Amino acid sequence: MSDFFTMSILVATVASGIRLATPYLLAGLGETVGQRSGVLNLGVDGVMQLSAFFAYWTVLETDNLILGSFVGVGVGLVMGVIYAVITVVLQAQQGISGIGIFLFGLGFSDLMFRRQVGTPKPANQLPDVPIPLLSDIPVIGEALFEHSWLTYLAFAMVPLLAFMLRKTTFGMNIRAVGENPQAADSLGVSVGWTRTYAILIGNAMAGLAGAALVLELGIFQPNLTAGLGFIAVALVYFGAWRPAGVMSGALLYGLVAAVVLQWKAQGIIPRSASDIAAMAPAVLTIIALVVLAGRVQAPSALTRPFSRH
Amino acid sequence: MKLTRHLLRLLALLFSFAMVAAACGADEVSVDVGIEDETPSGDSDDSEASGDTLTMAIVAPSASDDLAFTQSMIDAIDALDRDIDLQVTDGTFVVDDAAAAIRGYAEDGVEVIIAHGTQFGGPLSEIAPEFPDTTFIWGTSSDTQGLDNVFAYYPAADEGGYVNGVLAAAVTQTGNIGVIGPVEAGDAVAYINGFAKGAEDSGDVNVAITYTGSFSDVALMAEAAQAHLSNDVDVLTGSSQAVVGAVGVASENGVAWFGTQANQTSLDPELVVASQVYHWEVVLEEMLALRDGGTLGGEAFEVNLENGGLEIEFNDGFELPDGARDAADAAIDGIIDGSIDTGA
Repeated sequence: MSDFFTMSILVATVASGIRLATPYLLAGLGETVGQRSGVLNLGVDGVMQLSAFFAYWTVLETDNLILGSFVGVGVGLVMGVIYAVITVVLQAQQGISGIGIFLFGLGFSDLMFRRQVGTPKPANQLPDVPIPLLSDIPVIGEALFEHSWLTYLAFAMVPLLAFMLRKTTFGMNIRAVGENPQAADSLGVSVGWTRTYAILIGNAMAGLAGAALVLELGIFQPNLTAGLGFIAVALVYFGAWRPAGVMSGALLYGLVAAVVLQWKAQGIIPRSASDIAAMAPAVLTIIALVVLAGRVQAPSALTRPFSRH
Repeated sequence: MKLTRHLLRLLALLFSFAMVAAACGADEVSVDVGIEDETPSGDSDDSEASGDTLTMAIVAPSASDDLAFTQSMIDAIDALDRDIDLQVTDGTFVVDDAAAAIRGYAEDGVEVIIAHGTQFGGPLSEIAPEFPDTTFIWGTSSDTQGLDNVFAYYPAADEGGYVNGVLAAAVTQTGNIGVIGPVEAGDAVAYINGFAKGAEDSGDVNVAITYTGSFSDVALMAEAAQAHLSNDVDVLTGSSQAVVGAVGVASENGVAWFGTQANQTSLDPELVVASQVYHWEVVLEEMLALRDGGTLGGEAFEVNLENGGLEIEFNDGFELPDGARDAADAAIDGIIDGSIDTGA
């Protein structure tokens, strides 16, 4: 255990936790916006998988990481349009529709990978971009300020989205249609369009999360996300539908996973307990959800389609 | 509050689903949606033998070109010196789908059906007795389930692991070697245990082993590799399809990598030292020869270094330290003649 508390190990563990938290954070923030408007999207994982594949394929063909990131966002937007048509226009049941999107993303990304790439091939990875001055701060500089630009973007989105939701007209409209769409409608807010925009933002961020995941790894595999998108949805509840709360959940999840991996590497966790320890992040999240269950309030109109009739 | 309770129930369901999705990846290969290269047609004319052509089918859980488990069997069939009419159903992540494909091929009159996945053993035990004239080949398993028309196959992965471990001990400069595994089961654990024993028998090295708990979580594998690197590891190896994430970390940090199941040199032609490669064709030839003689099953076969079913393929692009290749060759000889115990 003493090795764990050396500075270099602690720095590496925190940096690892932040890397692991990034896709959860991006996807969770996007889902927060969607849910605040009253739309639950269980298809986040499928959107991430599709975006991850197309971002990877783009980078494989062009070596352009920026283009790959934009392609990831673009695929998310396309899926957002589809999901908006299904849930806002056609008013389909959101839970089932989301599962459908997930299954489509899982299957289609696999199909495209087989047809277009086949065997796993390494692609360019996102480089770490040390932030001048901040990365020179002893200890925390290396842990916090030597990451990829997508990681910085993910954390920068937290205050931006919080501001948007709390202080802007658009953000207040999102919250209004998520709490009481009839009242919002009577005040002239277009519930359908507001929810559509929220869905597009959510899916675009899920797409960016998929791109961040695959470009950090530099390689794609079928089912790359391994259920990550579902955890991101859970983190929205954990974070009580607040960007800062989602960030806390993502960091907790990532850091616990990083600590477990570090303890396994150092033999602190015996091999006999290895599989149990692997569940630690999920178990902690479930416990936190149970504790929070009676203390947080979901958007009142969450999962409820809106109709004037 | 009522809505919150409903949502929490939904969330619990969601977690269960995610866990199932992750766990289903926990079997050799990827979580794939079933897509068939060719499906049982129901038209027996297509699949019946014509002349000396042997009709064969493979039902496998991952993609045919996965650079690992399924591809090793496809390559093995290609290597057989026979005229074979081969049909493949890959991506059968769902065992029930695999069972339907196996039954479909049997009903179509395919003569030899390979159920390439330990998880297919359950349905095979029900299907095989219904088609006593069909030969079923099932692995990885050392158990034919007492069926006269089932051959089983499995790799002695500890042997190649041991040789890779000997090489790793020669390559490491820090004396710290990192190993990343998925779940402590199957040929992954055999490879890892053999690797650790080979390294520890060859020098004063520290072998740290991490099991991530998932066959499919590439990101977790990558971070497990990062955790090893922060502990001064300069040689890595691992098993499962998710190791591509760890190989990426090795590449990024200039750390040597040892592969298993398939030749992984293409993932980094400069840093992959050697790979243990499965050659199932060695035992498939024996099985088919027995079938030609009228024995349709009932035996289990092991691929190992002695019968050539396991091979250590070196990467010529990696310059080994003096004496390392000789030590590896000596280890191979020792395993074959029985003077070396791989710890299996």
